[in-house]
Amino acid sequence: MASKPRVKVPKQAAAGEVITIKTLISHTMESGQRKDRKTGDLIPRKIINKFTCYFNDQEVFSADIDPAVSSNPYMEFSCKVPESGTFRFVWIDDDGSEYSTEKKITVQ
Amino acid sequence: MNMDRRQFVLTSAAAFAALSVNAVPAFAANGATADDRIKEFTGGAEIAEGRVTLNTPEIAENGNTVPISVEVDSPMTDDNYVQSIMVVADGNPNPEVVTFNFTTMSGVAAAKTRIRLAKTQNVIAVAKLSDGSFQMAKNEVKVTIGGCGG
Repeated sequence: MASKPRVKVPKQAAAGEVITIKTLISHTMESGQRKDRKTGDLIPRKIINKFTCYFNDQEVFSADIDPAVSSNPYMEFSCKVPESGTFRFVWIDDDGSEYSTEKKITVQ
Repeated sequence: MNMDRRQFVLTSAAAFAALSVNAVPAFAANGATADDRIKEFTGGAEIAEGRVTLNTPEIAENGNTVPISVEVDSPMTDDNYVQSIMVVADGNPNPEVVTFNFTTMSGVAAAKTRIRLAKTQNVIAVAKLSDGSFQMAKNEVKVTIGGCGG
């Protein structure tokens, strides 16, 4: 189960400044390798397989995620902000569900 | 050939060792090794070293969350930037870990995340540059407790 994406973006920046963005989302990231302790059956894979960050609807950064990424996947990356705008962060689950959040930034 | 007991023990031990060596690659669950993945990513092109900085802990106490960071020295302008960085681990059941895709809006080609490592192994980062060339870096991480559950 995924919930509560947490994202850290500075509130303000200078034009053209490279800022660091940190994101974290709660998710078990079941690898599909683990066995159920009682039945011995493999627990089916269920991970977030794609993360994308958009700035004013333009893609900035994305990650294709495989089961070897830890539970509660953490991503840290950079963005060069040209103007004030909105960041949108989207996580896509194996089951097709989408989790997203937005953050605004002001450029002086 | 007249084989005494000592000889027999030696030859069977050698045969068993050969068998177990052959059995090891079967660990790769989907059949692809880290080298296969890298070849797929580069299309067989030559990979240079030097511009990728891969930071991993020397010893990871818990293989379930190993922090890694990767950075490629690049101006990230429209005609010279890093398109993507693929990270693979050559000792995991499946070698692929994560692929970061950058744009010129990224400013710098750098990313950090946390990964799972099943055992002591090499973590390899291969970067694809906009001019079609490839750069790589490789680090060994010693893992005390594996991160594959089970």
